[in-house]
Amino acid sequence: MPTVLSRKMGDNSFIITAELAPPHGSDMSTFLRMAAFVAAHVDAINITDNQGANMRMTPLTAAALLVREGIEPIMQLTCRDRNRLALQSDLLGAAAMGINNLLALTGDDIGCGDHRQGRAVFDLDSVLLLRTIQALNAGRDMNGKALAGHTSFFTGAAAAPEVEPFAATRPKLAKKSAAGARFFQTQAIFDPQRLAGFCSTVQPLNVKVIAGVLVLKSAKMADFINRNIPGLKIPAAVVERLASAADPAAEGVRIATELALQCRELCDGVHLMAMGRDEVVPEIVAALK
Amino acid sequence: MIVSTQKPLDQILAALEGAARVFIIGCAKCATVCKAGGEEEVFRMQDELTAAGKEVTGTIVIDETCHMLRTGRDLRSRKEQVEEADFLLVLSCGAGIQSVAEACNQKVVAGTDSKFLGNIRRFGQFEQRCSLCGDCRLNDTGGICPVTVCPKGLLNGPCGGMEDGNCEVDRTNRCAWVTIYERLEQQGRVENLHRTTASRDFTHKRHPHHLKLEK
Repeated sequence: MPTVLSRKMGDNSFIITAELAPPHGSDMSTFLRMAAFVAAHVDAINITDNQGANMRMTPLTAAALLVREGIEPIMQLTCRDRNRLALQSDLLGAAAMGINNLLALTGDDIGCGDHRQGRAVFDLDSVLLLRTIQALNAGRDMNGKALAGHTSFFTGAAAAPEVEPFAATRPKLAKKSAAGARFFQTQAIFDPQRLAGFCSTVQPLNVKVIAGVLVLKSAKMADFINRNIPGLKIPAAVVERLASAADPAAEGVRIATELALQCRELCDGVHLMAMGRDEVVPEIVAALK
Repeated sequence: MIVSTQKPLDQILAALEGAARVFIIGCAKCATVCKAGGEEEVFRMQDELTAAGKEVTGTIVIDETCHMLRTGRDLRSRKEQVEEADFLLVLSCGAGIQSVAEACNQKVVAGTDSKFLGNIRRFGQFEQRCSLCGDCRLNDTGGICPVTVCPKGLLNGPCGGMEDGNCEVDRTNRCAWVTIYERLEQQGRVENLHRTTASRDFTHKRHPHHLKLEK
């Protein structure tokens, strides 16, 4: 059965996604409460996979519980913590649990997180993971052996519209598309003009662009992200705007809303990264309706 | 060459706990170049062990401790000093330490940690460029190894952590894939990057490796 996400993308609807991290523990109550709250406002919820290399519950279980609640997840899967056997067996497990949207990622370096002494795997990379999913969808494992039941994943990948040098990332974006990526969920964007440039560059790939919009809380948080989170770079002007605001948290929502509104004119959807402030999602979504 | 570093003295002394007499072995090749176990370091170690109350029965710097037969022969030439010792302290790479361990029945203490196969930038400055993956891909990547130079060993392009051409893991390093892109672009070979590279075949990394050349 096609996912809501794939159907809406097929209709060229404007997509709104949010993201939640599974709990650091076995208690699902807060996670499920937040998921139910956010789900009422968005098309699907990304479930992160040991985000920033910080250990949490497997996204497979967290996403499966959302399916049971009638909420549509986009399960994120990284290559950092699993070899090719574990990736494929988790993918088959996800399919069996009714998880059908997947975001295939390389994964942040293990040195960013809370288990720095661990061994990172990277047996596959994001392109090879996408190819593997393509094979599973066609009823074969990555070595070509027939499966008892194929998967039906609707698959996306990451992209970084504002990264420099962007040209160096283009061949990989093309490979992701060729390997079955149907949508890009991007890193946080801050410059709509560059997003527009990105969209026209990837337009021939025929991949939907869901732009990442970060909801900041304060200049301090922005500084922290700039120093510690790979691939996220908040421009000085935005940090300054937060620093000089009377109510920085509200200003963060305003910045995110302005960006989301501009995205609506430029690309196929927005991915709201509320950084734990999921209560602001409805306000931003309301502005988009 | 194999880059190794000497273990801190307190760790070496802890490993030599209970030993009164020690014989010290260095290596004239890699361990000399990276100053972990050349003549100079062997003499300094002799002084340090003596200061710590140990008797050093003798020292030797073997020309390639990884050479098993030569190591055995050289140790036999110093048989008395070797046998007098409670421990043999070896200041070479892990390969050399094991040549020593195999060459005699004495207890062996490793005085170094072997780090990587290193290129020499200049005196005392080493860089890892090859990780001996057994399945060389340099022909496709402009002579820059993504398996080694990219900390994640990615085969198909940069990860999302690249910023201003620098690596997510260490911002002072250039991203391997940006370097590869720039090199191939300069050579008019960017089309190389549009081919998806297949997953690595880790059967090449199954160890222990052996190689016996045909006669």
